[in-house]
Amino acid sequence: MRYEAPDTIKAAVGLLSKAKGTSRILAGGTDLLVQMRSGMIEPDLVVDIKSIPGMREIVAEKGGFRIGAAVSGAELEEHGKVGKMWPGVVEATNLIGSTQIQGRATMVGNLCNASPAADSVPAMIAAGATARVVGPKRTRDVPVEDIAKAPGKTSLAKGEFVASIFLPKAPARTGSAYLRFIPRTEMDIAVVGAGIAMTLNAKGVITAAKVSLGAVAARALVVEECAKAIIGSTLDDAALDRLAAAASAAAKPISDKRGTVDFRIKVAGVLARRAAVIAYDRARG
Amino acid sequence: MPLDANTPDLRTEFKSVGTRPNRPDGVDKVTGRARFGADFALPGQLTGLILRSPHAHAKIKSIDTSAAEALPGVKAVITYKDIPEQEGCDKDVLVNIMARGTALYDGHAVAAVAAVDASVARKALKLIKVDYKVLKHVTDVDEAMKPDAPVLHPGRFEPVDFSTLENAAHVSGKEERKTATRAHSNIAGRYVFGHGDPDKGFKQADIIVEHEFKTEATHQGYIEPHACTASVSSDGMAELWVCTQGPFMVRDVCASLLGMDVSRLRVTPSEIGGGFGGKTTVFIEPVALALSRKAGKPVKVVMSRSEVFRATGPTSSASMWVKIGAKKDGTFVAADAVLKYQGGAFPGSPVEMGAMCAFACYDLKNVRIVGYDVVTNRPKQAAYRAPGAPMSAFAVEGVIGEIADKLGIDAIDIRLKNAAKEGTVSSYGPTFGPVGLVETLEAAKAHKNYKVKLGKNQGRGVASGFWFNFAGNTCVSINLNVDGTLALALGTVDIGGSRASMCLMAAEELGISYEDVRAIIADTSSLGYNDISEGSRVTFSSGLATIKAVRDLKVKMCGRAAKIWGIPEDAVKWENGAAHPAGSNAGNFPPLSIKEIAAQASATGGPLAGHYEINAEGAGPSFATHVCDVEVDPDTGAMKVLRYLVVQDAGKAIHPSYVEGQFQGGAVQGIGWVLNEEYFYGKDGTLQNAGFLDYRIPVCSDVPMIDTVIVEVPNPGHPYGVRGVGETSIVPPLACVANAVSDAIGVRARTLPMSPPKVLAALEGVAASKA
Repeated sequence: MRYEAPDTIKAAVGLLSKAKGTSRILAGGTDLLVQMRSGMIEPDLVVDIKSIPGMREIVAEKGGFRIGAAVSGAELEEHGKVGKMWPGVVEATNLIGSTQIQGRATMVGNLCNASPAADSVPAMIAAGATARVVGPKRTRDVPVEDIAKAPGKTSLAKGEFVASIFLPKAPARTGSAYLRFIPRTEMDIAVVGAGIAMTLNAKGVITAAKVSLGAVAARALVVEECAKAIIGSTLDDAALDRLAAAASAAAKPISDKRGTVDFRIKVAGVLARRAAVIAYDRARG
Repeated sequence: MPLDANTPDLRTEFKSVGTRPNRPDGVDKVTGRARFGADFALPGQLTGLILRSPHAHAKIKSIDTSAAEALPGVKAVITYKDIPEQEGCDKDVLVNIMARGTALYDGHAVAAVAAVDASVARKALKLIKVDYKVLKHVTDVDEAMKPDAPVLHPGRFEPVDFSTLENAAHVSGKEERKTATRAHSNIAGRYVFGHGDPDKGFKQADIIVEHEFKTEATHQGYIEPHACTASVSSDGMAELWVCTQGPFMVRDVCASLLGMDVSRLRVTPSEIGGGFGGKTTVFIEPVALALSRKAGKPVKVVMSRSEVFRATGPTSSASMWVKIGAKKDGTFVAADAVLKYQGGAFPGSPVEMGAMCAFACYDLKNVRIVGYDVVTNRPKQAAYRAPGAPMSAFAVEGVIGEIADKLGIDAIDIRLKNAAKEGTVSSYGPTFGPVGLVETLEAAKAHKNYKVKLGKNQGRGVASGFWFNFAGNTCVSINLNVDGTLALALGTVDIGGSRASMCLMAAEELGISYEDVRAIIADTSSLGYNDISEGSRVTFSSGLATIKAVRDLKVKMCGRAAKIWGIPEDAVKWENGAAHPAGSNAGNFPPLSIKEIAAQASATGGPLAGHYEINAEGAGPSFATHVCDVEVDPDTGAMKVLRYLVVQDAGKAIHPSYVEGQFQGGAVQGIGWVLNEEYFYGKDGTLQNAGFLDYRIPVCSDVPMIDTVIVEVPNPGHPYGVRGVGETSIVPPLACVANAVSDAIGVRARTLPMSPPKVLAALEGVAASKA
């Protein structure tokens, strides 16, 4: 196995483009190292991107934030301003693993590991986040929901990697939240996850919303019916019922060691409803 | 000397015993200095890895190791052929450590390599070609008892024809009658206990409750994976450093499997990062020795977590039927049970103990329990804290909870009404001596937790539990050092703070300070045979032997004092850490302290040491009562344990902190068992959750601080009244939590784990039936 720690994006892309066999990006390593140790993968090339300038930085941009691919969950939390604007994204990222894991784990790693249960992904999707993909041909900004294709598979081409996440400026009276179900209280993988962001008008009527569900399909879902169910409402009980029903209807889960189809369908609705209540309260301030 | 005059058989006043000093191994453990199984290293040592079957059940047609052997850096490759069967060895253990012709479960060892490093060893494993013919498999106990089930050991077990049992004296239970005409051969054993006539007894009942229950296999979940380093010399002398609960067992079993004289193998136990019964047998140890023997170099084998789950012993899964009849006032009139435990691919599930414990808490005139030991394509079960008892208690205590609810009787009162006490003929035979179940029930009822008012979706559960406690072979030495301090050599691995307890008992007996005694766990060549640290036997048995070894030393020290004073030996007594002239000589000489006697030892006859060996009896059972409060989220089925109380009889708590630690540890393991832990098998019979991510033991934030109350009803079998406390604490929690959930939301969980999907489905069932 070859380990490289280039100090420019160009050099990293060059290494990845020319690599034969299996290559992997190393940022926090909280997925990669576990997979290597357990024998799941044996990469021929590991490219550590932490030495590339900007990878560990959070910078303000166009009223929002650009978050480098190697920014850890702990750094994201300590930043403060990101969490103030997009609490759903930060709380979702901070749910991953333990305190120790938070010191290393990154949102981009969570995204590119392409697990349908990734906690930060539905929250980023709900916030309208985009991923900046760098590669041998061009740099492109891609909606987060278009990165993961299926468990363990992404839409990234050979030589490409995600260099940063951009969280746009949140409009006034915007609230976000993420909830997941796990059988334990921490250190677990989402059985169902629900991320939501919404914007209200001055009267408390929801004018825009985005809802994303995790762990109920091969990748995180964007559920437009959920958004429609609450837009135009003040999140009254009828709207919440419509939201829960839409979330359950959209869920297309499997039964496995973590949960059953029936359970995931039901709980998708429960969590969407609960997350919406939190997001609405946050939007009202 | 009149030793007995100041050391009565049952001491009731103590100076050291009952205090809470720091444990002697504490600093090393919290600083990382303590050496665990994987911390031993020898010059030139090789890395050993084991190739394991990817199939639940498969014929091994051939194993080709030639490519692995040819790989540079590989020093030995072994299969079953390198461990030929020895006369008198335990064949099941032999087959379990290395498959012989058939892989019997996912993870069954098939071959092993020793190489210069882990990377080469991993490559070598991939070069071993095994030709498997996959066979039909069975992992469920009920499925394994069906007539068309795949048979694991053709021809080994006599088919059981239930129709012939129909008229036998102890035929029991609906489940047996249902399968009355079936015959099969995965049943390795049948056990019957009880007395009276349950069929007649049930006729007197005002209420009868009977149900079927199932529990899934759970792993002990020790944090330290199995690890050992073996070194076999060219002259056949061998040493083994290993993480185990029983170094003498490891020595004797390995010697037997490998055809060695016991004297040629010396086993040194490491500190142990948890065992809970799972380290009472051998897995990698004979393999490491065989690799070292073939390679001519030391070999270290360390299991991965996945190997621990797939190839070491979880406890049994169980399928049970329990029926209890009661009068309106709550008096039980009859009880009946059928227990079926699968113990993996070999005989030996703990169903016999499960059957003995099932109704042991109660005074029953008519009781019957039939237990079946069943084999399946799962790893060979190993002991797990009170082996067999938590499952049968789950069923029995669940039925009792339902009877109490239906009769409108308080859950503690109904147990008090029927509780076993001194003189009760137990359901498994013996008559109880002094026991403390009633005291635990009374203390639980008086505890503040039992009075807390519950909110919406909250409920309270109660359950009691029993464990026999073991005693057994024990051998202890205590050596007086030149400065009057003492070295205490024990042969029972310290799995729960026992070194501290032994030091306290030695200090108490001598009348000196705790700090003046240092306890070590000796290797197998330094002491006579000691049984495994299991069965909650250590503080009882090694404690008894320590006290007796100290008394032996005291006699010798009094003798030296007599010699110095020139008076008869029986005119000296031991008091407060010194020899005193007694009787007519009282006051004639100043006392000789232990330090003074130690300083003169050489001049008065040589070194001073005490020794004791015994096959101990009289362990004395420990009963417990648990009370827990839970809250259930009705929308998701998520459960939160709000409060949890353990009340248990310790006889005499030598070191109360470690007694409480045992109470708490057992309760938490039980909470994990009832809520989320399970062996989850795929359709192909392979284990789907061989890691701590998806095998969900509780994390700290999942459980409240476990409240404890130590009850002390002295055990007359021990000089200080000690009862073992390590195991009973895991017996009540399964039923205790299930009863609390029932109280909270009206759903009775009879299939474990009671995971959120099951609870939610049950809740929806209840809602649908009301609609």
